[in-house]
Amino acid sequence: MPVLPSEIDNRSAEFAANVAAMRTLVDDLREKLAVAAVGGSPEARARHMARNKLLARERIDLLLDPGTAFLEIAPLAAHGLYGGDVHSAGVVAGVGRISGRDCMVVANDATIKGGTYHPMTVKKHLRAQDIARENNLPCIYMVDSGGAFLPQQDEIFPDERNFGRIFYNQARMSAAGIPQIAIVMGSCTAGGAYVPAMSDESIIVRNQGTIFLGGPPLVKAATGEVVTAEDLGGAEVHSRQSGVVDHYANDDHHAIGIARSIVASTNLPAPSPRNVIAPRDPLYPAEDLYGIVPSDLRKPYDVHEVIARIVDGSEFDEFKQLFGKTLVCGTAHIWGHPVGIIANNGVLFSESAQKGAHFIELCSQRQTPLVFLQNITGFMVGQKYEAGGIAKDGAKLVTAVATTSVPKYTVVIGGSYGAGNYGMCGRAYSPRFMWMWPNARIAVMGGESAATVLGIIKREGIEKAGGTWSEDEEESFKAPIRAQYEVQGNPYYATARLWDDGIIDPADTRRVLGLALSAGTNAPIEPTRFGVFRM
Amino acid sequence: MTPSHKTAPYRFDSVLIANRGEIACRIIRTARSMGLRTLAVYSEADQHAQHVSLADEALMIGPAAARDSYLRIDRVIAAAIESGAQAIHPGYGFLSENVAFAQACDEAGIVFIGPPVAAIEAMGSKSAAKALMASSGVPLVPGYHGAGQDIETLGRAAEECQYPVLIKASAGGGGKGMRIANSAEDLPEAVAAARREAKASFGNDHVLVEKFIQRPRHIEVQIFGDHHGNVVSLFDRECTLQRRHQKVLEEAPSSSLDESQRDAICEAARSAGRAVGYTGAGTVEFVANDDGFYFIEMNTRLQVEHPVTEMITGLDLVEWQLRVAFGEPLPLAQDQISRRGHSFEARIYAEDPESGFLPATGTIAEWRQPEPAEWLRIDSGFRTGDAITANYDPMIAKLIVHGDDRRQALHRLNRALDGFRITGVKTNVAFLKTLASRPEVAAGDMDTGFIERELTTLVTPQLDISPADLAAAVAAVLMRERATLTPGQASPWTMGDGWMLAGSRRRRFDFENAGGLHRAFLHYRRSGTELEVESVVHPLDFARRDDDRIDVFFRGRKEVVDALWSGRTLDFVTPRGRRRVHHVDILSKAFEAAGPDPSFRAPMPGVIQQILAEPGAHLLRGTPVLVMEAMKMEHTIRAPVDGRLVTLNCRVGDLVEEGENLAAFEADAP
Repeated sequence: MPVLPSEIDNRSAEFAANVAAMRTLVDDLREKLAVAAVGGSPEARARHMARNKLLARERIDLLLDPGTAFLEIAPLAAHGLYGGDVHSAGVVAGVGRISGRDCMVVANDATIKGGTYHPMTVKKHLRAQDIARENNLPCIYMVDSGGAFLPQQDEIFPDERNFGRIFYNQARMSAAGIPQIAIVMGSCTAGGAYVPAMSDESIIVRNQGTIFLGGPPLVKAATGEVVTAEDLGGAEVHSRQSGVVDHYANDDHHAIGIARSIVASTNLPAPSPRNVIAPRDPLYPAEDLYGIVPSDLRKPYDVHEVIARIVDGSEFDEFKQLFGKTLVCGTAHIWGHPVGIIANNGVLFSESAQKGAHFIELCSQRQTPLVFLQNITGFMVGQKYEAGGIAKDGAKLVTAVATTSVPKYTVVIGGSYGAGNYGMCGRAYSPRFMWMWPNARIAVMGGESAATVLGIIKREGIEKAGGTWSEDEEESFKAPIRAQYEVQGNPYYATARLWDDGIIDPADTRRVLGLALSAGTNAPIEPTRFGVFRM
Repeated sequence: MTPSHKTAPYRFDSVLIANRGEIACRIIRTARSMGLRTLAVYSEADQHAQHVSLADEALMIGPAAARDSYLRIDRVIAAAIESGAQAIHPGYGFLSENVAFAQACDEAGIVFIGPPVAAIEAMGSKSAAKALMASSGVPLVPGYHGAGQDIETLGRAAEECQYPVLIKASAGGGGKGMRIANSAEDLPEAVAAARREAKASFGNDHVLVEKFIQRPRHIEVQIFGDHHGNVVSLFDRECTLQRRHQKVLEEAPSSSLDESQRDAICEAARSAGRAVGYTGAGTVEFVANDDGFYFIEMNTRLQVEHPVTEMITGLDLVEWQLRVAFGEPLPLAQDQISRRGHSFEARIYAEDPESGFLPATGTIAEWRQPEPAEWLRIDSGFRTGDAITANYDPMIAKLIVHGDDRRQALHRLNRALDGFRITGVKTNVAFLKTLASRPEVAAGDMDTGFIERELTTLVTPQLDISPADLAAAVAAVLMRERATLTPGQASPWTMGDGWMLAGSRRRRFDFENAGGLHRAFLHYRRSGTELEVESVVHPLDFARRDDDRIDVFFRGRKEVVDALWSGRTLDFVTPRGRRRVHHVDILSKAFEAAGPDPSFRAPMPGVIQQILAEPGAHLLRGTPVLVMEAMKMEHTIRAPVDGRLVTLNCRVGDLVEEGENLAAFEADAP
């Protein structure tokens, strides 16, 4: 395979300035992640540990095969929401190796509001289940939660993708042969009681785990019966009498040991990845990415430089190199996995969209997973392009992206605007995973464009009614629009709302993609049936 | 005495080696280098043994048991005749000092590579040998073996021997009826006590008096004689480090002799050799201490420890044996024999020092020797895949080193022991290493009782675990995991770096030994792994070496660690010595599980038939309390744990429902 050359000048002032800007963003990301990783308040953690309970992340550490990687999803979910202290939305989730098998782990963090479910907690839990279903990953629920966060019950309980969906998913995945395992390490109250009850196999920790539909206060209110939590739904009750759980554990460590044994005994077939070869590092250091990507999103740069720092041996076989050059397509390997890469190198024209659709057809035919590197302001606009049928060419690309059955992985490395987001496999197009770089922006359009568009409409309305609109008035109209777009287009705003699976350090892109591609091999690739392509 | 061989010595050109293991291999090598055709014999168990593959030809002589093969004179002779062997080298052990065998060779017209039958016979009987030596002026342990048993006679004898003396039952053995008298005052009581015990044990109260050799050392002299009346000595060896008369560590020359003492002991050995008309290789053994040296016995064969003599003299003793057997004069005269430097030999046994040195059996899974060096010699007859059975001697190899002086030789011995790695069968390598590292051994401050006295400290691994030891143990765990977690291709999951997006991971390691629990935490960070011991954190890194040991980088230094796993038990050797720890599985500790159900519920509906315990009684776990009949079966309900029966809620004849609580029971506080 041809090796991508690198033409960057890493001693230029521009490169240095880019590095400085990106490093600031990455340091800021690390700091936010570190804060989130701590979990609840010092008092809450101290109380938790005083009960001889492990913290959510400690539990995951022990559950995973020692020293193996953990691909956490949405560690900054609920960032800045609900008062700002519901870190990771109160639930730690991600893909990790347990007894040699890739699994989805979902662990409630009881040090954050008792592990209760806020709207984003529900959304994250469901997202974790989606990933598990799509990638065929056994699920381990480490339950320690007071159930729904009652003040927000309207956003948690009744809708299609609300709390009830968790158990629907458990049942559906179990039906699909995806093991559902629960470890009851704390409360499982009300709806929460169904997590272990709906699991294929469950474990409870004595003097710690409790499962009941109604807790002692509710029981007292309803029937007057006075009963301790342990007597109502503790390990003794559920292991010896009710049969709600299958394994009795002495403590967290013991329970985790049992869970590891259960995963080891699931007897699932080993994943059979296609043509995976020995991985090789790229020729160029990943940290170069900091200097390659301009601090100003509007400045163009050559996306080949990014690809060269992500793929094995920096080797890339480009498809239609001379046609529709604003969309770079080609095959490569990432951590030994064959992939088709689709990366923006400018605005999308008809040719670029046709080329992208063609390339997706190729990869679908060959069952090669797709990686989208998104940096797109949108499709080209203007009379000439509309007349040239850019809408139908864009539709071809969107149809191909939407209907292909190969696993898709999206990394937003710059802007993600408008229909470009659709054509480049944004969240609505169900990529297996989607990440953003900290410099990325996501919105229907840029803040400046939105302000300008809205300004023009407003001016037309005012002037039609015979009024006048001064420049100052226009500016004070546009400023808050720009500000709103800046806030809402920020990756932290996006990740807080689960519009992605996490913000990543650009230097981690290759590792993250490697882990996700590897996890993806657990599910067979179904044959693709495309929709109608408008010709 | 003159040689009594019917078969006169001559330049034969084929030799059969009536032995196995390292000595057979060692003899074959020399014989072959001298142009002789080499013939091996083997038992059914040894078909694939190394001595068989080394020899030009080999003949099977019977089943695995030595008494049915290597000890069968008729079969060995028949093999020699069948193969046309003109001479037989017996090695050591087996038939090497067997008079009947030497005679059988002679009668078959085969040269027996060893001394004359008469010399074997003369030295075979210890009392006859001693009498012969006494008459030749070789010093014996002073003593009185006379008939006079009155206290005055014994007292005079004791004075002559010089105190302290040993009073022993004449008919004695096994330490019974034995007393030490340190002075004349002690004597009457010691004699009386020895007599009482002698009478009780052997029915005979006769005692003898012998000088008590305090802090005895074992020193021996290698001699050689030829058919031309020459007898020379090849210096001394010291084999003081023994366990139950089994030599463990030998050296040459002895560190406890000065030059005049050395001359004297060598002269005494030559006298002994001349006294029996000795030919070939022989060893004269002495017990020695600061007061002098005394003859014990003579071994009429090549000794296991002969290589240390070869190392300091530069001679090949098997070559000398063969030349003598050819009838040639000794290659060198006494004044041409010189020595250089110092040599040690360690005997590697397949045995388990921690289970009382029981011989160990098994298949050698890994046989790794120290790197070759001109100062190093390894005589072994085993390799990877060989089986060690209980049929033969458990010695599997000899490690021999040379140095310019004793200090250097001992240092090299230690280094070479570190380089040995034998798995699949337990060995004494670690024990040898501990022994060779002892300051007493370095100082030469030892006696034949040293190992027995110090057994506990020599056998038990050290218990103190320093932070560097914890680092070594953690590295050993990670190295093992690396092998099991990454069986095939490199994967982003199994880089061993604990990679994750948010936060960093910390892993607890618990190791246990008799000294307690030793804990460390490993931090996986983007910059690498760090080890936390007692709240102090240092970077930890490690790498597998080509020799399968581990380079451990910790606290700014690298050390080489040899780790051996057996289940979760880790034996590891660092420059600080050997340690053994159990790696605790923190996820499955204390599988006491759900204790027993402390309630007395009826397992199914039925009728109470018997009540076997009174309310208020304290019951041990498992004590029957009730018998009920249900579904035509009798069920005994027992105390689930130790505790007190508070009340019974049923009487004989009651019909009870499933799940009905039949008694109140209070479990004892744990």
